[in-house]
Amino acid sequence: MTKENNTRKLVVPGEVIVSGEDYLPGDFTRKEGGEIIAGKYGLADINGRVVKIISVSGIFEPRRGNNILGRVTDLAFSGWMIDIDGPYSAFLPIMESPRFVNKNNLHEFANIGDVINAKILSVRRGSVDLTLKGRGLGKLEGGRIIKINPNKVPRVIGKEGSMVNLIKDKTQTEITIGQNGYIWINGDIEGMKKAEDAINLVAKESTSSGLTEIIEKFLEGKK
Amino acid sequence: MEISNLNKQAIANLLKEDKRLDGRGRFDYRDLTIETNVSNNAEGSARVRLGKTEVIVGVKLGVQEPYPDHEDEGTMMTSMEFSPICGKRYESGPPRMNAIETARVIDRGIRESGFIDWKKLCIKEGEKVWSIAVDIYCINDDGNVLDAGAIASVVALKMAKFPVYDEEQGAVKYGEFTDTPLPLTENVPFTMTFHKIGDKVFIDPDRDEEDTSEARVTFAVSKPKKEKIINAMQKGKIDSVSADELIQMIEASEKLYDEMFPEIEKQIKGLIKA
Repeated sequence: MTKENNTRKLVVPGEVIVSGEDYLPGDFTRKEGGEIIAGKYGLADINGRVVKIISVSGIFEPRRGNNILGRVTDLAFSGWMIDIDGPYSAFLPIMESPRFVNKNNLHEFANIGDVINAKILSVRRGSVDLTLKGRGLGKLEGGRIIKINPNKVPRVIGKEGSMVNLIKDKTQTEITIGQNGYIWINGDIEGMKKAEDAINLVAKESTSSGLTEIIEKFLEGKK
Repeated sequence: MEISNLNKQAIANLLKEDKRLDGRGRFDYRDLTIETNVSNNAEGSARVRLGKTEVIVGVKLGVQEPYPDHEDEGTMMTSMEFSPICGKRYESGPPRMNAIETARVIDRGIRESGFIDWKKLCIKEGEKVWSIAVDIYCINDDGNVLDAGAIASVVALKMAKFPVYDEEQGAVKYGEFTDTPLPLTENVPFTMTFHKIGDKVFIDPDRDEEDTSEARVTFAVSKPKKEKIINAMQKGKIDSVSADELIQMIEASEKLYDEMFPEIEKQIKGLIKA
């Protein structure tokens, strides 16, 4: 993610990114005549023939396979309703819990207000289905939740998790990042506070070059 | 997303050790900044920031008939609006319960302290008096809008100047201001709200702390002479408050008045000079 071999240009909707028949429209772009036109405000990224836009703002758009953190808002007849802070509400069916849960005792596994780390199983119009089957998924215990702009999540994770591992090591905390911008931190008070500040700094400085050095400096600094 | 059980637990556990997430003590306010005359059309206005919480208050003056039981006294109306701009949880529409309550608690703090000299707002007894409208708008809700709103209201009232009143036509010429300030007294009210989680009392909650809080008590304190007086109180939320806790709050409120009030005075004075 941090590799920038080509400079990305900031584009607004309607702007022509490239022209020529060599290019194909990707996410948030369309082709009109021989021109690739931006459909959203963001950074235009040309990768081979495909032109796409990387969002810099806006809400979380659920995609299949995303790991997310969500809050249980309701216990339904056959599962849990989960708030994932996206455009649609999400549903976690009872069948997708990692162990057997009695239909009449849904609250014993997860009650209203609890936070779960889940994976998106499918996205259909107006509804998102979740699953807890997978490594590291399940209800979260201890620690606390913070929220960042979901478009900054790739920066917080870093290239192959380099950024989040750096923060974890230096602050001695456990961190789980959801693609929807919710981040769970667990550790001692100072560590959690420091990790939170570091994550917010990453989100704020996400466009700066040498981000890793800035964060390293910050984490070394006040200890 | 509404507050999760994890965050509630984290706040409650920390508070047991007299600690808070942002490193404040139990009786510390967040940074307070005051701006005045933020509105061109209002007779007096102020913007108050308490941490990330932001409130704007506008004071409008008008002329109306007095109420029949107070024929020689001016009137005051306070209204509060939480528009969708100040947080995800708010929607447009008529004021809800918390907006009405906030406005009324602020109103009561000002009214009962005797901050405004009502008799001097009378133009002609039984026929015409000045009416004060205090409009409170929440711009960003990061907890404790009540205290921020109360401070902003007092500052806006202090800043207010009468508009020109045309006696022949009996109408106010808006847009033309005189230099006469409102008839205010020395009894400046300061409203502070204490919250309680577990058996710990604290002040100035942020959004998460306010959502976690189990009980709250608001005090409006003024200091007419040497002694401080509690002018108004309001209890909210579901949990009870014991006598010990109430005494704790009253003692802390006296201390906070001494701490915060000079700070507010200083900021206003700096603004008037500038």
